[in-house]
Amino acid sequence: MRKRSLRMLGAASLLLLGMPGLAAAQDGSLVETDVAVNMLWIVLGGILVLFMQAGFLLLETGLSRMKNAGAVAGKIIINLGITFLMFWATGFAIGFGNGNNFWGSSGWFLSTGDAAGDTLSLGLLDFTGADYGVPVEAFFFFQAVFAAVSLAIVYGTMLDRTKFIAYIIFGVVFIGLIYPIVAHWTWGGGWLAQDGFLDFAGSSIVHLQGALAALTGTLVLGARLGKFGKDGKPRPIPGHSIPLFMLGVIILWFGWMGFNGASSLAAVGANFADIIVNTNLAAAGGVIGATIGALIMFRTLDVSQMGNGAIAGLVAITAACAFVDPWASVIIGFVAGLIAPMIVVGLDKMRIDDPIGAIPVHGIAGIWGTLAVGLFGTAARTVDSDLGASAGLFYGGGGEQLWVQFYGVMATIGFTGAATLVLWLIIKYTVGLRVPEEQELAGLDISEHGMYGYPEQFIEVPGAFPESTRHSAGMAMLSRPTSNSEPE
Amino acid sequence: MKKIEAFVRHESFDAIRARLADMGLPSMSISEVKGSGRQGGYTESYRGAKTTIFMRPKLKLEMVVNDADLERAVDVILELAHTGEPGDGKIFIIPVEDAVRVRTGERGEIVLASHPDDAA
Repeated sequence: MRKRSLRMLGAASLLLLGMPGLAAAQDGSLVETDVAVNMLWIVLGGILVLFMQAGFLLLETGLSRMKNAGAVAGKIIINLGITFLMFWATGFAIGFGNGNNFWGSSGWFLSTGDAAGDTLSLGLLDFTGADYGVPVEAFFFFQAVFAAVSLAIVYGTMLDRTKFIAYIIFGVVFIGLIYPIVAHWTWGGGWLAQDGFLDFAGSSIVHLQGALAALTGTLVLGARLGKFGKDGKPRPIPGHSIPLFMLGVIILWFGWMGFNGASSLAAVGANFADIIVNTNLAAAGGVIGATIGALIMFRTLDVSQMGNGAIAGLVAITAACAFVDPWASVIIGFVAGLIAPMIVVGLDKMRIDDPIGAIPVHGIAGIWGTLAVGLFGTAARTVDSDLGASAGLFYGGGGEQLWVQFYGVMATIGFTGAATLVLWLIIKYTVGLRVPEEQELAGLDISEHGMYGYPEQFIEVPGAFPESTRHSAGMAMLSRPTSNSEPE
Repeated sequence: MKKIEAFVRHESFDAIRARLADMGLPSMSISEVKGSGRQGGYTESYRGAKTTIFMRPKLKLEMVVNDADLERAVDVILELAHTGEPGDGKIFIIPVEDAVRVRTGERGEIVLASHPDDAA
């Protein structure tokens, strides 16, 4: 395997699919340094993905109004609180534990029957040291931060009008049950994996799921007050900081190096640099695509769309980054970015309010990226890797892989769409999903949290305004000017 | 005593302030205001949604002067705020009853006089 795995996307994906044994060196077990190097890359990748929450924070804050900036920050941190606890309690077991083709049912609270914890066999994944190459904790951490990304996408679309308690209830069920079931189908070795469905780092599993929950959420929730006029026409509700938004985009782009790169789940013998190049090419293609798309659709160089384009490109390449050639990555990213502004207009026409564009850039781009594997997957990277997959349509594999990708996407849409819709409706008719109109107008910062994200903007803060120039002030900078004119 | 309330373009302010100060009229207040007039609105486009902004940002300059200084001050504003395009603004002149200096409690026109240390 070592020799073969130098070509490695194959082995990388095998690891992802959890087929034990194939990742190890053919001639025996991995040596200690191999395990150490693999663990280092996976944990580092997970840390990069964890940092993507900072990206979501800035992206969403930037596109929200000042009166809601603090509330956005609050839901980002509650997301991490819920995700780690729920993924530890049930999510990891359902997603990656031993079970059937649809869900796992072992490994609750990371319990594996092995006190040492670092050598265990969990579901289809065999962590018995030598075979797998990383301790299960590394894999758990890596998967937990992925789940947090999916949940962050949901919350973004619902900003400015959702009750905080609704986020908590939804997050517990989404991370504890819904997300891991779909993850199990592919990454847990479930029925989609056995059919040869390819989703390398989660265009469908992470991003499409998040976007579906965002879509059902905003449908149940309704649009922000004032988003649509009485004539039904969309009205701009500009975010308060485009630079914050774009800093968020760039942090997400940065974190994506771990998201896709470390999804090789190995460093030894894994050519993850190849994945990283594909990822960056697609992000670049997305920027260019969305810039052109915005020019066509809006006749303006809409900066928020340009940023969305980068994310759309990244989401689209997430499924395909290990299976396609660099030129195809550019196309995949470009198309994802190009269509994003058109989806934005379409959603506005349907009176669906998506303040951050999660549905186009995580949903539609996620679908496109997953299908793109069936178009652009190369024979060398799909067929030869024993994944039970075929080359894409443009590489002589016929439509077979495209069909598998298609029904994989459809199954995800059907299950996650229905499950999250039911969950939102339950929340709506029990604790309530939306704040009262009065609270929405006041802003969630003060009405839900009792504190502003930017207090000086709205209230008198003691000492907030500097009293700089008493007449007799002795400091040089505070002395009186000698001329009435500006210094030339 | 008269109060001058001038609505002017932001970019004209620095020159007006410097000239008035040189003339011994350094006391003034400004505020950021939004207003509409013959200049009309402009279009804001955000993520494909468009709207017209009718209220444009302007600067409101307020100062109270002695009757003797009034025409000089108005002339300065008129000269320096003028571009000839719609949107140059307007000047209003309003009578003022009395004035009080907070530091000393003095009343009347003496309040408007420059501090002896000031130029001119």
